[in-house]
Amino acid sequence: MELGSLQDNSQATFSLTDEDHTLANSLRFTLNQDPRVSFCGYSIPHPSDPRVNIRVQTTGDSAREVLKDSCQDLMLMCEHVRSTFDQAILEFKSKDGLKSMKI
Amino acid sequence: MTTESEDSESMEEQRTPKIPVWDLPDLPTGKLPPHLELQRTRVLCTFDAPTHTEKIQSSGAYASMGVDNSMQFEEFRNKFRVEVIRLTEDDLEVDMIGIDASLANAFRRILIAELPTMAIEKVLVANNTSVIQDEVLAHRLGLIPLKVDPRLFDYISENDEPNEKNTIVFKLHVRCERGSARIKVKSDELKWLPKGSEFVLNSEKSTADSTSKTKTYTSFSCSQDSLPEFSNNPIAPKHDDIIIAKLGPGQEIELEAHAVKGMGKVHAKWSPVATTWYRMLPEVVLLQDIEDEKAEELVKKCPVKVFDIEDIGKGRKKATVARPRSCTLCRECIRGDDWDKYVSLRRVKDHFIFTIESTGALPPEELFVEAVKILEDKCMRVISELS
Repeated sequence: MELGSLQDNSQATFSLTDEDHTLANSLRFTLNQDPRVSFCGYSIPHPSDPRVNIRVQTTGDSAREVLKDSCQDLMLMCEHVRSTFDQAILEFKSKDGLKSMKI
Repeated sequence: MTTESEDSESMEEQRTPKIPVWDLPDLPTGKLPPHLELQRTRVLCTFDAPTHTEKIQSSGAYASMGVDNSMQFEEFRNKFRVEVIRLTEDDLEVDMIGIDASLANAFRRILIAELPTMAIEKVLVANNTSVIQDEVLAHRLGLIPLKVDPRLFDYISENDEPNEKNTIVFKLHVRCERGSARIKVKSDELKWLPKGSEFVLNSEKSTADSTSKTKTYTSFSCSQDSLPEFSNNPIAPKHDDIIIAKLGPGQEIELEAHAVKGMGKVHAKWSPVATTWYRMLPEVVLLQDIEDEKAEELVKKCPVKVFDIEDIGKGRKKATVARPRSCTLCRECIRGDDWDKYVSLRRVKDHFIFTIESTGALPPEELFVEAVKILEDKCMRVISELS
């Protein structure tokens, strides 16, 4: 749900349900890394309400597009983490396998 | 780096001298002055409190110095490294280098609270004459880790019939005979019932004369052990020596336990990890050469033996940092006198020592991959909601 972007789409608050610090903090990180963002932050209005508000203010671009790009960035980073991790585990296992064989 | 005269002067502060802004070169060099670089990449553990703990995330934080603080994906791709330190059946320790704390924390949170496993949720007690109460017994059963891949099962919702795709049934029937010694009921007494519940539903009892088979608490359409994924590895608790109850002579427990799929944020019994944590890599730097008695003193000060002594000839000794990884940042080595002028304790902000302890449903390396996938799914959800 997007709020407060009726007149000016360069700033908006996005209210995400069923999300918490896990996603919001990661998104805040990727948003902050984006040079188009002038301000961003998030808050959880009430601890027993499964909802998080993410505020995005940009230097002119549409806040919605910037947030979408940030999600895309985060996904790419996750994919890279996953492939690097798999590679490292494979390498470790093959090395460990050699060690246990004791040629 | 610095000349000798400057060095002795700046030693009052830190090894890295503070550079006034008017002494900076006119043209941006694309590099931060050393003291800012130190603040950006390290947490400094001074004797009263850690400083510079916050990561500077904003992309424009160092714009005035011509340094771009934004992280390009290419840069991340080049810098990010994973090094496996230890991998056993249940434990995994990896170094993740070049990642932000927010991401490391996201993985940790997902591992603890948002990865599904199977755990006993419903216990049908037919008979319990032991000293342990039904509800306590049910709670103990719930906490027993089950060795079964949760990805093969569906979630069960309130109105769902328990079937072979969402429920695992175990039977527990133990009796301690009169006149015999007391016995311990261990988790290996939990017997998997691949055909589903054996308890007949009460309402159906009156019409038991019907031709179809009697209705039980579950409605399995086929036996679980006929499914290819379970035919060779039967479902059982991960450990067979967990004590569930103790029975005295003449006492008996007869019950059925139904395990379902769930997540750690609903109840910790569904958490696939005993725990998972990360810490930043400790970095111990000797700001000056520490020799002879002073070196001996330093080695003795450290309770986890971070420092070693090196012979530098002519009977002289010098302290070296041998095992910085085992440093717990107890700050014992910078306590008293002027020790913080000699030793600097730091943490590397983007180097995480990540440890996963699996409870046994899935091996730890698979758990981590699943956690990353869940974070990706969350991003997907946001993207599709915004489009």
